[in-house]
Amino acid sequence: MSTRLSKGGRLLDRSKALDFVFNGKRLKGYQGDTLASALLGNDQMLLGRSFKYHRPRGLVASGAEEPNALVHLGQGGRFEPNQRTTTTELYAGAELSSQNHWPSLEFDVGAVNNAFARFLVGGFYYKTFIHPRFAWKHVFEPVIRQSAGLGKAPKEADADHYEQAYDFCDVLIAGGGIAGLQAALVAGQAGKRVILLEQTPYWGGRAPVDGDVIDGRPAADWIAATVADLAKMPNVTLKTRCMAAGVYDHGYILAEERVADHTPGDGRPKKRLWRIRATRIVAATGALERPLSFAGNDIPGVMLASAVRDYVVNWAVSPGDRTVVVTNNDDAYRTAIALKEAGLAVPVILDARASANGPLPTKARAMGIRVEAGKAIAKVKGGKRVTGVAICLQAGEGAVLEEIACDAVAMSGGWSPVVHLWSHCGGKLLWDEAQAMFRPDATKPPTSHDGQALVYAVGAANGHLQATAILPDAAQGAAAAAGVTPSGVAAQAAPSDEAPLEPVWTMPQGAPIQLRSKMWLDYQNDVKVSDVQLAAREGYESVEHTKRYTTLGMATDQGKLSNINGLAVLAQSLNTDIPNVGTTTFRPPYTPVTLGALAGESRGEIFQPLRKTPINDWHLKHNAYMEPVGLWRRAYCYPKGGETHSQAVDREILAVRSGVGLLDASTLGKLIVKGPDAGRFLDMLYTNVMSNLGIGKCRYGLMCTEAGFLTDDGVVIRLDEDTWLCHTTTGGAERIHAHMEDWLQCEWWDWQVYTANVTEQYAQIAVAGPKARKVLEKLGGMDVSAETMPFMTFKEGTLAGLPVRVHRISFSGELSYEIAVPAGHGLALWEALMEAGQEHGIVAYGTEAMHVMRAEKGFIMMGDETDGTVIPQDLNLGWAISKKKADYLGKRGQERTYLASPDRWKLAGFETLDGSVIPDGAYILAPGVNANGQGNVQGRVTSTYYSPTLKKGIAMGLIKGGLSRMGDVVEFSAITGQPIKAKVVDPVFYDKEGEKQNG
Amino acid sequence: MADAVNAQSVSPLGGASFEGFAKVREIGPLGMISLRAKRDVPGLEGAFASLGLALPEQRRITGTTAKGAGWMSPDEYLILVPYAEVSGALANLAQALKGSHHLAVDVSDARAVFRIEGEKAGQVVAKLGPIDVASLAPNELRRSRAAQVAAAVWAEEGGFTLVCFRSVAAYVMGLLTASAAPGAELA
Amino acid sequence: MLILECPYCGVKAEETELSPGGEAHLKRFGPGSTDEEFEAYMFARKNPKGVHFERWRHAYGCGKWFLAARCTATLEVFGTYPAQVSAPPQALQDKIKAKRPDWKGFQ
Repeated sequence: MSTRLSKGGRLLDRSKALDFVFNGKRLKGYQGDTLASALLGNDQMLLGRSFKYHRPRGLVASGAEEPNALVHLGQGGRFEPNQRTTTTELYAGAELSSQNHWPSLEFDVGAVNNAFARFLVGGFYYKTFIHPRFAWKHVFEPVIRQSAGLGKAPKEADADHYEQAYDFCDVLIAGGGIAGLQAALVAGQAGKRVILLEQTPYWGGRAPVDGDVIDGRPAADWIAATVADLAKMPNVTLKTRCMAAGVYDHGYILAEERVADHTPGDGRPKKRLWRIRATRIVAATGALERPLSFAGNDIPGVMLASAVRDYVVNWAVSPGDRTVVVTNNDDAYRTAIALKEAGLAVPVILDARASANGPLPTKARAMGIRVEAGKAIAKVKGGKRVTGVAICLQAGEGAVLEEIACDAVAMSGGWSPVVHLWSHCGGKLLWDEAQAMFRPDATKPPTSHDGQALVYAVGAANGHLQATAILPDAAQGAAAAAGVTPSGVAAQAAPSDEAPLEPVWTMPQGAPIQLRSKMWLDYQNDVKVSDVQLAAREGYESVEHTKRYTTLGMATDQGKLSNINGLAVLAQSLNTDIPNVGTTTFRPPYTPVTLGALAGESRGEIFQPLRKTPINDWHLKHNAYMEPVGLWRRAYCYPKGGETHSQAVDREILAVRSGVGLLDASTLGKLIVKGPDAGRFLDMLYTNVMSNLGIGKCRYGLMCTEAGFLTDDGVVIRLDEDTWLCHTTTGGAERIHAHMEDWLQCEWWDWQVYTANVTEQYAQIAVAGPKARKVLEKLGGMDVSAETMPFMTFKEGTLAGLPVRVHRISFSGELSYEIAVPAGHGLALWEALMEAGQEHGIVAYGTEAMHVMRAEKGFIMMGDETDGTVIPQDLNLGWAISKKKADYLGKRGQERTYLASPDRWKLAGFETLDGSVIPDGAYILAPGVNANGQGNVQGRVTSTYYSPTLKKGIAMGLIKGGLSRMGDVVEFSAITGQPIKAKVVDPVFYDKEGEKQNG
Repeated sequence: MADAVNAQSVSPLGGASFEGFAKVREIGPLGMISLRAKRDVPGLEGAFASLGLALPEQRRITGTTAKGAGWMSPDEYLILVPYAEVSGALANLAQALKGSHHLAVDVSDARAVFRIEGEKAGQVVAKLGPIDVASLAPNELRRSRAAQVAAAVWAEEGGFTLVCFRSVAAYVMGLLTASAAPGAELA
Repeated sequence: MLILECPYCGVKAEETELSPGGEAHLKRFGPGSTDEEFEAYMFARKNPKGVHFERWRHAYGCGKWFLAARCTATLEVFGTYPAQVSAPPQALQDKIKAKRPDWKGFQ
């Protein structure tokens, strides 16, 4: 059984016991435990079920590479599935439960899949679900949905908060093992701005566990001294619990810091996403041990040798009383020695190599451990827990020589450098035959904006597995990254001779199918040696295809343990070399990053910027229903009592048409254009002439893209001899300002014109309705009479003591004044107008009333009548296009033959024969069908409303032939029921002569 | 436009404030003028002098938040004066730059201004956007973004000043509040 | 994520502070141009693997448009320069040629 040893555990604080719960059982751990070590210390080896066959699964690893031991953690708003127990720290009161099983961990119905495993081979999904088509939807999917999925989705909103922060440095070092520390020392001493990130809560990585001796001291002492030295350097930032998740172009790094993951509910952000820009990056990310592929290597109790050593040394947890060690290298002997030193039994070390006579095997033998060279595991015995191993010759086909009882197996198939950060931006790898590993090819690094190397891999990540080589390599890599010549001497580790490993891709070498179909490559996705071999036989030669066909390496661990073993098997099956097969692409993140951290602060009220006008609070106080218009929030209508929105809109319109209403039009874009060439510039920008606009006058104008299509419209006013103010649509302010600057900076840079976006300087209020003038007159301060201020003019002055610019323009068709006032006075003016208008029954009206009134008047709206394919001529706006001008933006575009075609759909009005409202988006039907057998169309509706003024449905739309079709009755499509008959009419439904607005 | 008679302009958030590991407060309204002119137009030095201001070099701000001048682009300056002095300052500029191609316009009401104060104020700024707070020079005016909106930031006496558009004042206040939350210190 | 130095304000801006504007050094064809000329100006764009000239606006910054010479394959940035030119500065072209001898030159 697994148990907590009475002594040892270098990371534990035994004075701080922590209670926690696993599947309802109260258990005890210590400060310093990971969830994994705490569970193992309580003999919880069985932790979950695999994805496909629901096989029992236990801990395999002790770090980020763990594929099996994922749990549900927390409750309610802090519930999280798929928490990797090996990297999550234990905290008091933690509530854990196992996942992916039903009804219980011990007895799982889904395990029946295991019995049918030979039907669920690689490519099963592809083969099964292609035919018949109906079977997927009705048979397979419901069954698979029931049994698939890792973990449950949280039901409550996340109770925690997250944030992001930015940092910058010359050298970022990922990994706080001895390589990272040595690198930080070199870069720090060179005076560079250094950030050193370590994903775990402690420094030093594996060196203390491996018993390295550095500069004559135990590794732990050297590590403590080095961290203390680094902490004294003001140019070095040290961060633990912070994982560099990905490297992106030009030295951009995303790193996830676990701020309060281990102290839930203390008010700090749970996690923080760092966005770091580094000139150079040092990847000191270490290496991961590989499993061996032998039958039954997935049975709980079979673990990586390094993990077994970690649990014993770091957390004083014995994975088993009797542990068989199986290896193809010397390093695993350290595990046997550590177990023995902890007083545990190691019945045998099975070394697949023909001989094992280096210092470590010799030491093991001297400690009385039986070492069997040339031997292998034929199969592991046991179900939910290892009970023993059957031994065979590695060179043979699995004939059992002997069975040995044990409750744990420590395996080592060699090491793979963690090359993820090297590879994310395109660093290339080479195959190191001697060490049987892919390691960074220093001649083909990822490059940065200057064309120079961006990432320097050092230490184990660079393929150096011994401390003696790691430290100088780290010093050298860091010096190169810092752009300095290596000065001083790197720390020196005591040499430790190790004999070379021998690659072992299947164990035993000649294993028959019965054994190969029980050799797991990918534990989480249940991919076995036999599945990869099958894929190869079926023609999947590319590693990327095999990956997708078998799902090898596609689980949440992203193949950290399985990839190299898998492609080695693939290479063997294809009878080629491993480098010919290559690796799959390494993509960020290195391990999963919480979505909350990626979202950061963008949540709730500050999910996105909501732009608010100076009158916003008034709208909210008066029950406005706010609608999004881009990022702005605008009042759509102001329901009173029990009014529906449409009732409110109708009331607002009738009140404006008969009395007076106020619209908050502050969102309209306002751009100042000034300079000796401003008139000439505006003549290029607008389709009509603006240069001859009189001072004090207003003129409606259209803007087109260079391709000829309408892009914006609005009223332009001339402030003085060389200054104009252009009003744009709400959505157009920033876009049109950028458009102006683009042309001024990049095409007509010798023209003397300046622009300024003053949109937010002013609140703008439309006072519309027959009583509008009376309201303004009551406020007093300036003459707003028809004589001094006729339609399409403006004046500056004061109203109610406030500085204003009053425009006689109208989008409603009524007598209307649009008043601009500095934003800080916006609310005051609005309230003054409301008060002054009370005697006339003044109302606030929203954007929907505005829309309906402009449609009654036949005014077009950007985004309704236009969609990026409509030119002014389509909307009968030829009058706003200058014939005299030699050029304007869009003129040449509009001359293209298909835009000049008489067959284009053009604007007209529509009235249904029965007075009903045409549905939004309806098409005008035409006889016959097109090449695809679809009914022909001859136009579509663009604006359609119920007009409370006219008490019937009104619409505008585009129809082939446009106004020449006047009087025709056409049919609009309806989603349900019969087409709707409507008559083509003039689009101006209200006050065609303009007596009201001109009045 | 005319000056207001007996009326007080209000800042977007009415002086909202928050105290976390740093103190955040909305200030203003401040008088602000956007001046567009090329560095070499006649009268530019004089125009600044007429306001008692020094012409700022690239990415620098001279004077203070209360009365200062910031470099916004090769042909744009931000002039800071007391709110009540804007129309006077505009008249001075018009006089000094008469005949020189320029644009000077009141943008006082288009902006929201915040102060972020305290020893750890820089940590709040470091959460807003890609601004390297540690290498921000004294009197450097950095235009960038605060999360999803445009902002300008400079260090000044006990903290930082941040300017953004008025319509997003509440959003920026929310950002600053979240960033300065107690316990969310970066170091 | 790219960083480009704005030649106007000297800020090493990152991509989120910039907005892209497509191919640089296009020659405008207005009224009077042939259909072929207008089509080329309006729609035909280079899409090279290698050296490319692009328009970028320092949108969250000084607001100026500038031009960048960049390798689309390696993302190496050869240089940035103000937009008020109709061809890349000769010094920059020479620098690119030195780094990419196979480059056919600015056309």
